[in-house]
Amino acid sequence: MSSVRVDAVGGRGAQLLRWIDARFPWSKLIKEHASEYYAGKNFNVWYVFGVLAAVVLVIQLLTGIFLTMNYKPSALEAFASVEYIMRDVEWGWLIRYMHSTGASAFFIVVYLHMFRAMLYGSYKNPRELLWLIGMCIYLALMAEAFLGYLLPWGQMSYWGAQVIVSLFGALPGIGETLVEWIRGDYFISDITLNRFFALHVIAVPLALVMLVVLHIMALHETGSNNPDGIEIKEQKDENGIPIDGVAFHPYYTTKDLVAIIIFLILFAGVVFFAPEMGGYFLEHANFEPANALKTPEHIAPIWYFTPFYAILRAVPNKLGGVLLMGSAVALLFFLPWLDRCKVKSIRYRGWTYKLALGVFAVSFVVLGILGTLPAVSLYTNLARIFTALYFAFFLLMPFYTSRERTKPVPDRLVYRG
Amino acid sequence: MTDEKGLSRRHFLTVATGITGGVGLVLAAIPFVSSFRPSARAQALGAPVEVDISKLEQGAMLRVKWRGRPVWILKRSPQMLERMLASATTLRDPDSDESEQPEFAKNQYRAQKPEILVVIGNCTHLGCAPVERFEVAPADLGADWVGGFYCPCHGSKFDLSGRVFAGFPAPTNLVVPPYRFVGENRILIGDDSGVAV
Repeated sequence: MSSVRVDAVGGRGAQLLRWIDARFPWSKLIKEHASEYYAGKNFNVWYVFGVLAAVVLVIQLLTGIFLTMNYKPSALEAFASVEYIMRDVEWGWLIRYMHSTGASAFFIVVYLHMFRAMLYGSYKNPRELLWLIGMCIYLALMAEAFLGYLLPWGQMSYWGAQVIVSLFGALPGIGETLVEWIRGDYFISDITLNRFFALHVIAVPLALVMLVVLHIMALHETGSNNPDGIEIKEQKDENGIPIDGVAFHPYYTTKDLVAIIIFLILFAGVVFFAPEMGGYFLEHANFEPANALKTPEHIAPIWYFTPFYAILRAVPNKLGGVLLMGSAVALLFFLPWLDRCKVKSIRYRGWTYKLALGVFAVSFVVLGILGTLPAVSLYTNLARIFTALYFAFFLLMPFYTSRERTKPVPDRLVYRG
Repeated sequence: MTDEKGLSRRHFLTVATGITGGVGLVLAAIPFVSSFRPSARAQALGAPVEVDISKLEQGAMLRVKWRGRPVWILKRSPQMLERMLASATTLRDPDSDESEQPEFAKNQYRAQKPEILVVIGNCTHLGCAPVERFEVAPADLGADWVGGFYCPCHGSKFDLSGRVFAGFPAPTNLVVPPYRFVGENRILIGDDSGVAV
């Protein structure tokens, strides 16, 4: 009876919104995920990388769609079609450089995003699933990057794929059959390129987008962590709103916009002035078409895989190297259970964890550098030392975190300008 | 029928339906999984190739392609064989027990005829193509180097029979493909039927 009167209230826009809301939970969605989603008021710069990852995902999807319109996934035409995009397609060079720079940018922001979680304990109870979904995103991202790297069909594309696919051959018994199954041929061929293309442009991106949705759903269920590692939901006002929380929209959307603009300035700088980044974003050997009979003098994966590559090379045994490299990634999944300390944020944790996290960060970076260098004995030995440190961070974690001397954690957020 | 009986019956039906559906899903996945295997055309293109080595000189190497992989045919001189045998002290698998080769090539020459080496030119570590370094004692490989193959990717070293030296990442010797001589100077790579061990 009153619905008729209510419907008449407001202008055309309000009426349209009511019409939609009666049929689709639009306003409810906006409230739950933006205007009434409360996050700690003390977010610092570490908290922009999640949003930036989403921005890069959009850049990759958009530029990727346009690249497929001119790219040919065949061993005979792939290399030439990429050159065609670079030279003859209007603005094709820009679209491709955005895509290739986007790949590196994706890993930069995701690594920083993950490190943020390690700084402030964002993987801890109750956010274990959030972390696991995030790790699945990281795995999908690595698969996506690897599959996409074969597509230009350059020397490094070809031999990189050859090396990575061979890793599966180390598995006892099924190895060789599995490798043949992945390649669909007795070597990396047109058949392999064609299927990698299919996986790169539809299968993995679809999985990525779905995982990102799950990641955000899990995040909005538990609520965001913050630099103090305090659950803001435990201190609510009379309306049930966290006292230390601010609405994601407009407060954090505005802040994120600043981050996005700064990011885009840097991104454009790379795209326009250093798209190859001295051979780190686009490797020089890849400007030569794939040649099955000649390996490039020095094979190095693209920079975001080099830490794991250095671990692989540090082991003088094929299966051992593959297993160690796999566990280097797999251990990250177990972080929520390896870390026994109840205190989340590094601000209130003891010196042992601070030291360990520092050692881990240095090891990861050093391994990354070593992975780009040739495998001479000095570098291999260095890689062994830092591999040991990398694994020590995880495997000793239950010990050094369970008897950690932490500082008292305040009840309310500490705002540091 | 009591409630409890009804429930256990319902439980049985749920599980039975679930299993039947699961079996159906697995069966339906077979075509998709199988489509990833080498196709009939890929298998046909992987057929044996015949190579003429009549023009191959001593100490020279011929590269041919078989199944998209580089196959090296090296004609070793007596001096090369002599130096190789004399230096074979630090090999990981000197008798090729763990390596892949046809039975007839499981000897120190890893060949049917001692002077003719036929190997696949992919490192057994991760498939890079090693480079031939037949010179003796070059500056970068050290004074005890008597010629062989060096993999630039991860530093594995092989002797002139493709046997890997110990202490390097490659786990086994270079793979010897199946092959047979179909004439004095003609080799069929990819087929070793009828070769006596």
